[in-house]
Amino acid sequence: MTPTASSVLGKDLLGLEHLSAEQINVILDTAGPLKEISERAIKKVPTLRGATVVNLFFEASTRTRISFEFAEKRLSADTVNVASSGSSISKGETLVDTARNLEAMRIDMVVIRHHASGAAKFLAERIESNVINAGDGTHEHPTQGLLDLLTLRDKLGDLRGKRICICGDVLHSRVARSNIWGLTKLGAEVAVCGPRSLLPNAIGEMGVQVFDRIEQAIEWADALNVLRLQLERMQAGYIPSLREYNRVFGVTSERLDRAPRDILILHPGPMNRGVEIDSDVADGPHSVILDQVTNGVAVRMAVLYLLAGNKPTLATAARGDA
Amino acid sequence: MADEILERNDGAEGLILVGIQRRGVQIAARIAQLIKDRDGATVPLGALDITLYRDDLQTVGPRPVVGRTDLPGDLEGKRVVIVDDVLFTGRTIRAALDELADFGRPARVGLAVLIDRGGRELPIQPDVVGKHVEVPLGGRVDVFISELDGRDEVVLNVMERT
Repeated sequence: MTPTASSVLGKDLLGLEHLSAEQINVILDTAGPLKEISERAIKKVPTLRGATVVNLFFEASTRTRISFEFAEKRLSADTVNVASSGSSISKGETLVDTARNLEAMRIDMVVIRHHASGAAKFLAERIESNVINAGDGTHEHPTQGLLDLLTLRDKLGDLRGKRICICGDVLHSRVARSNIWGLTKLGAEVAVCGPRSLLPNAIGEMGVQVFDRIEQAIEWADALNVLRLQLERMQAGYIPSLREYNRVFGVTSERLDRAPRDILILHPGPMNRGVEIDSDVADGPHSVILDQVTNGVAVRMAVLYLLAGNKPTLATAARGDA
Repeated sequence: MADEILERNDGAEGLILVGIQRRGVQIAARIAQLIKDRDGATVPLGALDITLYRDDLQTVGPRPVVGRTDLPGDLEGKRVVIVDDVLFTGRTIRAALDELADFGRPARVGLAVLIDRGGRELPIQPDVVGKHVEVPLGGRVDVFISELDGRDEVVLNVMERT
C-alpha cells in the first residue's frame, strides 16, 4: 500500500510556531524529491491541475512572489497575482471583502503577504480556501523558515545539537521568528547576535542565547543566518550609522577566517552588500544563499501539495461564519 | 523475467529498466543483476515516483509521501521497460506513462511485473509477467522484498474485507 504523510498540515500554513517537529519534517521530506522537477527539461507535473491559486501581495516582494508563482506553475495550478496598488485594495476595500470576492470566483488557495501581523490567520478563519502565509508584519514568514531549515538540513544533516546564530535585526524580523521556532523544534541550538536595540527584550524566553559580538557568534556557530538590515532602521534611530553597523556586526571574510570550523552563511535576501554582509562572503565558499533560493521553490511546492484540498475543520468553519 | 525481457528487446543494447517506487525499483535492480550475470551487459536503471501524476489525489485523504524520480539520461530512442511489483487496476502504469512522456520519447515502452492479479480498470497489459494470480476485488497482494522488508515473500490475502 502507498505510505501516507502521517500527519497532515490541516487547512492553512500560518506559521511554524504551532507545527510539530513531525509536521515540519513531513514538509522537508516532501520538498526533497520535488527539487528534481525543477531540473527536468519539462519543469511541470500535473498534480494541481484545475486548482486556482491567488497570490495576494499587500507588500512589495520579488523573490517570494516569484518563488510561489514558480512553485504553483510547476504543479500545474492556475495562478493570479493581485498587488495592492492598482487594485480595489487601493480604493479602500477590506481584506475580507477582497478575499470573499475572490472566493465568489471559485478559487482554491490564497498566498498572502501583508504588513499587519496576524493578517494571514485573520483571513484563514474567514474563508474556505487554503491560506499560506507569505509574511505577515513582524510575526512569521513560515516558508522562508522552512527553506532555511531545508538548506541547513541538506548541508549539516540532522539538526539536533547543531548551532545556528541569527544575526542582525531580530526585533523586526518575521524570518527570525520563523527560524527560531523551526530550529528549536528540530532540536538545534539557537543564538541571536546584534545590537541590543534590535533584539526583542524578552528574547531569552524563546530559548535562545544572545551574543553581543559577531566574533563570539562566529566562534560558536555551525551556521549564521544573516538578516537584512532595513535601511529605515537607521533613520528611526536604532543604529548610529550603516558604516558603524558594518564595522561592529558585518560578516566579513577576515572574521570568518578565524572561525574554528566550516561555517555556513545564509541570508534571506535582498542583501545590503557592505552593510550586514560583505561581497566576498556573499559570493564566497561559505555562502549557501543561492541554494536557499532554489530550495524555496521546492519547499513552496511541498506546502501547496500538502495543503491542497484540505477542508476547514468544523471549529474554524464556525468561526468564519461568526 | 530477465530472459524474456532480453528476448523481447533483442538484447540489452539501448535498454533501460525503470522501477516504480517503491519495490519496483528493487525488482528492476535484481533483473539488471540477472542480465549482467547472464549477458555481461550493464543495463541502466531508473526510478519513477508517480505520486504527483496520480488521478486520485483529490480523494485519497492524507497526502501520500513523495519519493524520488531519477532517470538515467536521455530516453530519446531508448527501449524502456517499466518494472513494478503488482499490476492491478493499471492506474499506476497510466501515471508512469504520463510521467515518462515528460522526460522524452523512448522508441518503445514495455511493462514487466512480478505479479499480475487481474482487475484492470484501464486498457493496459504487461509484456512480461512473473506470475498470474486471480485475486478478487476485496483481496490484496503484498510483495515483500528483502532490501526493504527483510524477507522475500508474496502474500495473497483473498478475503480481506467481508
